[in-house]
Amino acid sequence: MTPAISTSGLVKTFGSTLALDGLDLTVDAGEVHGFLGPNGAGKSTTIRVLLGLLRSDAGTATVLGGDPWQDAVALHRRLAYVPGEVNLWPNLTGGEAIDLLGALRGGLDPKRRTQLLERFDLDPTKKCRAYSKGNRQKVAVVAAFASDVELYLLDEPTSGLDPLMDAVFRECVREAKDVGKTILLSSHVLAEVEALADRVTIIRRGVSVESGTLGELRHLTRTSISVETGRPITGLAELPGVHDLIMDSDQARFDVDTVYVGGVLRHVAQFDVRTLTSTPPTLEELFLRHYGDELAREPSEPAGT
Amino acid sequence: MTPFTGTGRLVRLALRRDRIQLPSWLVGLSLILWVTVSSIVGFYPGEAERVRLAMTSAHSPVTLMTNGLVSGASLGATVMTQAFVSLAVGAALMSILAVVRHTRQNEETGRAEMIGAGIVGRDASLTAALITVALANLVLVAASVLVLVASGLPLGGSVLCGLGIGAVGLAFAAIAAVTAQIAETSRGANALAVAALGIAFVLRAVGDASGKVIDGGLSVVSAWPTWLSPIGWGQQSRAFDRDQWWVLGILALFVVVLVSGAFVLASRRDLGAGMRAVRPGRPAAAPALLSPSGLAWRLHRGVLIGWAAGVAVLGASYGGVADEISEMLSDSPEIAQYFEQLGGASLTDTFFAVTMSVAGIAAAAYAVQATLRMRSEEAAGRVEPLLGTAVSRPRWMAANIGVVALGTLVLMVVAGVTAGVVYGLVVGDVGSNVTTLIGAALVQVPAALVLAGVAVAAFGLLPRWAAAISWASFAACLVVLQLGVILDLPQAVLDLSPFTHVPAAPAEDATALPLFALLTAAVALTAVGITAFRRRDLALP
Repeated sequence: MTPAISTSGLVKTFGSTLALDGLDLTVDAGEVHGFLGPNGAGKSTTIRVLLGLLRSDAGTATVLGGDPWQDAVALHRRLAYVPGEVNLWPNLTGGEAIDLLGALRGGLDPKRRTQLLERFDLDPTKKCRAYSKGNRQKVAVVAAFASDVELYLLDEPTSGLDPLMDAVFRECVREAKDVGKTILLSSHVLAEVEALADRVTIIRRGVSVESGTLGELRHLTRTSISVETGRPITGLAELPGVHDLIMDSDQARFDVDTVYVGGVLRHVAQFDVRTLTSTPPTLEELFLRHYGDELAREPSEPAGT
Repeated sequence: MTPFTGTGRLVRLALRRDRIQLPSWLVGLSLILWVTVSSIVGFYPGEAERVRLAMTSAHSPVTLMTNGLVSGASLGATVMTQAFVSLAVGAALMSILAVVRHTRQNEETGRAEMIGAGIVGRDASLTAALITVALANLVLVAASVLVLVASGLPLGGSVLCGLGIGAVGLAFAAIAAVTAQIAETSRGANALAVAALGIAFVLRAVGDASGKVIDGGLSVVSAWPTWLSPIGWGQQSRAFDRDQWWVLGILALFVVVLVSGAFVLASRRDLGAGMRAVRPGRPAAAPALLSPSGLAWRLHRGVLIGWAAGVAVLGASYGGVADEISEMLSDSPEIAQYFEQLGGASLTDTFFAVTMSVAGIAAAAYAVQATLRMRSEEAAGRVEPLLGTAVSRPRWMAANIGVVALGTLVLMVVAGVTAGVVYGLVVGDVGSNVTTLIGAALVQVPAALVLAGVAVAAFGLLPRWAAAISWASFAACLVVLQLGVILDLPQAVLDLSPFTHVPAAPAEDATALPLFALLTAAVALTAVGITAFRRRDLALP
């Protein structure tokens, strides 16, 4: 199956700033793809290149089998976009903006529009100038999900939504996925990507540094284990893959490289285990691994608490 | 903490924010006064000429409406008649915009919330805005007095005239203080206050035009509508003639009452809220909106209606005076000579050629402003979601340019029709005059579109500089048109301005070639702009 989106070696400069430095990204059809990176990593720039709003300086990009710059109009009939910063016409009502964006994309489903307005608790009679950031985002999200398209490009769509609306948004993404739509979801809300994404690409300074399923990426990181035993564990520090060991007579806390978990557990089992907690790595930890040089100074929570 | 704690700091903040804006207004208004006074001194140096001007003006309802009240024929009195209304309207606009900027606009943008959370009293913000505007008007009074006295006018009348201008400014500051409490948006507050200014202008225009001529035509006693208008009160000071200082008392009372009213209204509402509830809008779009052209029309129509109203007033008033003008012109050899330079046609036809040229400049200004809307939409980030849909860049641009071209055409038709109908009513032949003047108006369209084309090309090639380039081109054309002959510019320079190539219809026959050439240039510039925009990155905020 051809991927819904594929880029290779994408380069984009703004003056002397290098925004994308050879970015590779592959999004398979029918998947929810998390696009993770800190602010300024190049997530929005990538999406705008994929929409043909910006022109890449080098590299190739294919969206739904077409060239995003050349075939912009034809492609935009088949996709919906929610910008990171939603700017709307102050003298149009929210309802008018939704209808306008939907119509220019090729029409929207009126039943679905009504239903989404209700679920997102959005008043369509208010002028856009009176909307908060969150409500402007809802306008773009409703317009996107009320359109029947193959691909959704969502650029940090929940940054202004409250937790309740966040939950509604997740439902919408899952429903879209269930009917076979492809979704590229950029975010730095890690819990959101963890809850929704099949696969993740992590980018940093315009380059993708990791890409894979959450499971695959967990192979690259460590599991935190906290164990209480009948007698003190010996020889733990010498085992391969064990890090940050803290021993306190009958208690031990440590991180272990995920590939070595089996061996370590066999070793620990000999010491009369009373309780054992293991915590899978969170995306926070993936981030720390990739952006460790920027975040290292922040005190990290002890794992497993 | 009193309700006024922090007022001083807020005044300093307002002055700092307005350090460019208010001085520009003050310099501009002083310059207008200075130019008017010196041109009156130049054109009407002697008592006899001024008496004739006063008598003609007093007997012409149209002149009374557009210029102002006639009261005496001294140099000062002539300045009052010719300049007071414009200066007072200018001071009023400056004051309205400044008061709204420092009150409602702060609330709308959320700045007032941050300020209100500081050590700032409840009434400090409104007080500071009014003090700032009062200071600006005070400077305007001083500058006006200086200009008038320096032109050799008596001190007493100069002070009264200056105070009248400033007092009208303050009166509209007070009106804006009230509208800023009523409307929920700064745009709404400005619109209400400017509407009040329009009503005030019309009231005094009607009152003066229907007044009684006394003193053998040297003075007019205004009818009652004038006495309902702050601008009217200012004029009734009759500075340099009867020096009625007491009318300043009416203005002062008006300001006190309205400002108190504004404070009462402010104390009865919440921060950010208005008195007038915002009406809910349409929950769904009308089908007409759902296309790039529909959206463009929606975004452009307000500006176009405003310009059309202005051009209609221009056309009607020029049409109204055209017949009288020949009489006046034969009295003033300088002006007659100026008109004769423009061609050997009849004075009325030449006058209408000048009228249409002025309307053409207005249409060009509209065309540039409306074209640059594409740039402001882009800079505000509103083009991004639009081009994220199945709308191509050329289609989006074509929708906007189409509305601009149509709007330019509409403006010139409005100019031709209003001038033709009013002039036709005066001379008793509407039909043929309307036809002739619509034709004379339409020859201006291609030149205006060339300037729109410059703006399109600049938008495509150098978006960040588009506004500067477009307005500089417009200003350059204006200079060439107005001063080209006086400055003795070479023909090659004159030819650069599209207006140079516009036939002076109806005084001379319109020929197709220059109009066709101008249209070709406009189309070529537009094509350059569209091609360039297709190739460049979208500028994102």
